[in-house]
Amino acid sequence: MTEQSGPEAAPPPTPEAAAKTGTLAARLALRQRSGGIIVPVLTALLAFLLGGVIVLATGHNPLLAYRDIFNGAGLNWIFHPTTSTVDNASYNLSQTLLQTTTLILTGLAVAFAFRCGMFNIGGQGQYFVGLYVANWVGVSFPGLATFPHIVLGIGAAVLAGAVWAGIAGFLKASVGAHEVITTIMLNWIAIWIGTYFFGDGGPLQNDQNKAVPISNDVASSAKLPVFWGAQQLQGLHVGFFIALAALVVFWAVLNRTTLGYEVKAVGFNPEAAEYGGINVKKNLVRAMAISGAFAGLAGGLDMLGYLYHFGVSDIPVSSIGFLGIAVALLGRNTAIGTGIGALLFGALLFGTTHGLQSNVIQPELAGNLTSMIQGLVVLFVGADVLILYVWNMRKMRLRQRPAEAAA
Amino acid sequence: MSTWAERLDGPVWSRMRDARTVAVAGIVLGIVAALVALPPVTARSPLYPVLFGIAAAVLGLSAALRGARRPGWGAVAAGLLGITLGILATRSSTGNLNLVFTASLIASMFVFSTPLVFGAIAGTFSERSGVVNIGLEGMMLMGAFWGVYGADKGGSWMVGLLVAMLAGGLLALVHAYFAIHLRADQIVGGTAVNFLALGITGYFFFQLYHGQDVPVGVSTIPDMKLPGLEHVHFLNQAFGDLNLMVWLSFALVIVSWLVLFKTAIGLRIRACGEHPRAADTVGINVYAIRYGCVVLSGVLAALGGAYLSIGFGGGAFTDNMTAGRGFIALAAMIFGNWRPFGAFGAALLFGFSTALAYRLPAYSSSAATLFQALPYVLTLIAVAGVIGRTSPPAADGKPYRKQ
Repeated sequence: MTEQSGPEAAPPPTPEAAAKTGTLAARLALRQRSGGIIVPVLTALLAFLLGGVIVLATGHNPLLAYRDIFNGAGLNWIFHPTTSTVDNASYNLSQTLLQTTTLILTGLAVAFAFRCGMFNIGGQGQYFVGLYVANWVGVSFPGLATFPHIVLGIGAAVLAGAVWAGIAGFLKASVGAHEVITTIMLNWIAIWIGTYFFGDGGPLQNDQNKAVPISNDVASSAKLPVFWGAQQLQGLHVGFFIALAALVVFWAVLNRTTLGYEVKAVGFNPEAAEYGGINVKKNLVRAMAISGAFAGLAGGLDMLGYLYHFGVSDIPVSSIGFLGIAVALLGRNTAIGTGIGALLFGALLFGTTHGLQSNVIQPELAGNLTSMIQGLVVLFVGADVLILYVWNMRKMRLRQRPAEAAA
Repeated sequence: MSTWAERLDGPVWSRMRDARTVAVAGIVLGIVAALVALPPVTARSPLYPVLFGIAAAVLGLSAALRGARRPGWGAVAAGLLGITLGILATRSSTGNLNLVFTASLIASMFVFSTPLVFGAIAGTFSERSGVVNIGLEGMMLMGAFWGVYGADKGGSWMVGLLVAMLAGGLLALVHAYFAIHLRADQIVGGTAVNFLALGITGYFFFQLYHGQDVPVGVSTIPDMKLPGLEHVHFLNQAFGDLNLMVWLSFALVIVSWLVLFKTAIGLRIRACGEHPRAADTVGINVYAIRYGCVVLSGVLAALGGAYLSIGFGGGAFTDNMTAGRGFIALAAMIFGNWRPFGAFGAALLFGFSTALAYRLPAYSSSAATLFQALPYVLTLIAVAGVIGRTSPPAADGKPYRKQ
């Protein structure tokens, strides 16, 4: 595609001008021309750079810190996959992929709603209800055979997530309640439901020790098979492949089905979609429910894959649903992007905390660095005008030179 | 209905004609229905809550039939809820009731509602000018940490408050720049601000205090002893010894209401939130107003956060100290319909429900959990439009582009 603006039109010198000449369509076109990958890559780089500046300012060497985080995430495994001397690397990588599994799904939960023009900030709550329900199913039917038990547990978790998000979708479709507000409220309601379930005298509290607000372990028939590492050491379970399959399903549903077409049409322009004969309300509820189903699946896989039990004190610590926001936004709400984003944040999540062995930066600092990078990524992705401006400055210089030569 | 009503034009009767007022009276009666069974009145017969509850329902019904449907049905609901709670209270022992429902419950309601009041008023300013502020939680968290840091290093709680306001204002400035100048999605930006604050406060807490707690003996915001209340036991327990920030939050509500609804600057702020193009046309600098309001929002939210750490927190900080209070403040703002007094009422209600939740484990821990979740459930019901309709400013969340 040739440049429509023509060489005479001066490249936008400021962000305002960039958006003035460039409406959303122009911005999208620019994104297409840049291959769609420039903005996320620059975003991530800029976030890591700024995070590094803070690390540097507080007296740590950012390059060494990032190297240690890289190793902590087990990504150095790639360089020596067979050497047994870096045994830690293989374990760390399996843990990174464990986080990636969850992040893929909580990321897809955000991405799917986004494609329908909604911001599902309630992935955390949907993930929680998935966890609770999977725990209940896993604990409650100990006599069941393995396969039906797992299917039942995961199916129930998916359903729970779908219903939880579906409430927000229904409220938006029926009375126009903003999904951001309703999903935030549903998050907190889910948190307090969990506190009640696992808490003192709650229905899911363990029956051995009533002083501890923790659930029972799920029955061994409900545990997902582990294919990398040992089950006792929190090895990588087959849910990883379910998450990868979910990426394919996400792509196929959006790009190869009528449902996906309708959801995207509503996302682009609800009025036009309505005019074109698409039932907007039905699609809002549907998209939210599917979105919640992904997050519920994440909760189900986590419960049956490696957590096995959950307690009141685990609730405030968990932020994997919120991290899905950064994953989806960085991945531009596409399947491949979400997969890559999930790997990046999965590596950060494990590499800055449990996996980190470093004399440059403590895990307490590095863990918070992850939060900062997460925040910066979301901040910059929301402002692609800024990123494109940075990108354009480079182009501008290239263009100015021939213009000066002609003058 | 107007013919006979017009003849009764006394001040009381003209108010009675207003169905909304009737509905509000019904809601009040519904609350009374629950209150008569609680200390200090402690009616032991279920008759009283039932009577008041029925009166509330009747008023609500009449209001609903005369057009004020949502507040009317709200009053009916309040009446039924009042009957339920009242009867429950008459069935439980007076000893238990006296343990939970004391005057200090009111004091503790103020303790829990104060950060919410600051947060909700902060959100009101930002959203009234047309910028959605979901980053309240993060701005409060900044205030909590930098407040205690300032009080610790500066040696005075006043320095702490200043540093907190500065930190909250700076974070808000980031939000403002992305929302106003770069026209980024404001909800995405606010979410980012929350993550950022969580990371920054956690990082610097560990870095500056080397993984230790803030040392004991940090200068904290003083309590205000009210003289002359010693003889009125109930009032003294409720109001006699409240923190300075509690009184400041009361003042803030009144001042914000005056500013927003009684001054020219308030009119400008609201114009930017309702119709920025029109505001621009008459010469209002929409960008400046919005920047001002968002930064003010950060400053106020940070004050609420600082109250957590150097107010009733006694000079301590823990990671993610706000623990969702920014979101309850957001809920209070929505529940209060983007109005200072509405937000204040909602914050009191939510604060009361939290205060109750801390005392109810005496009864049952599940009931306590229920009251913790109540603010969120109520807000969900409110935005669903079951009781009253919340209506955000028309241009809330929409970036403005100068022409």
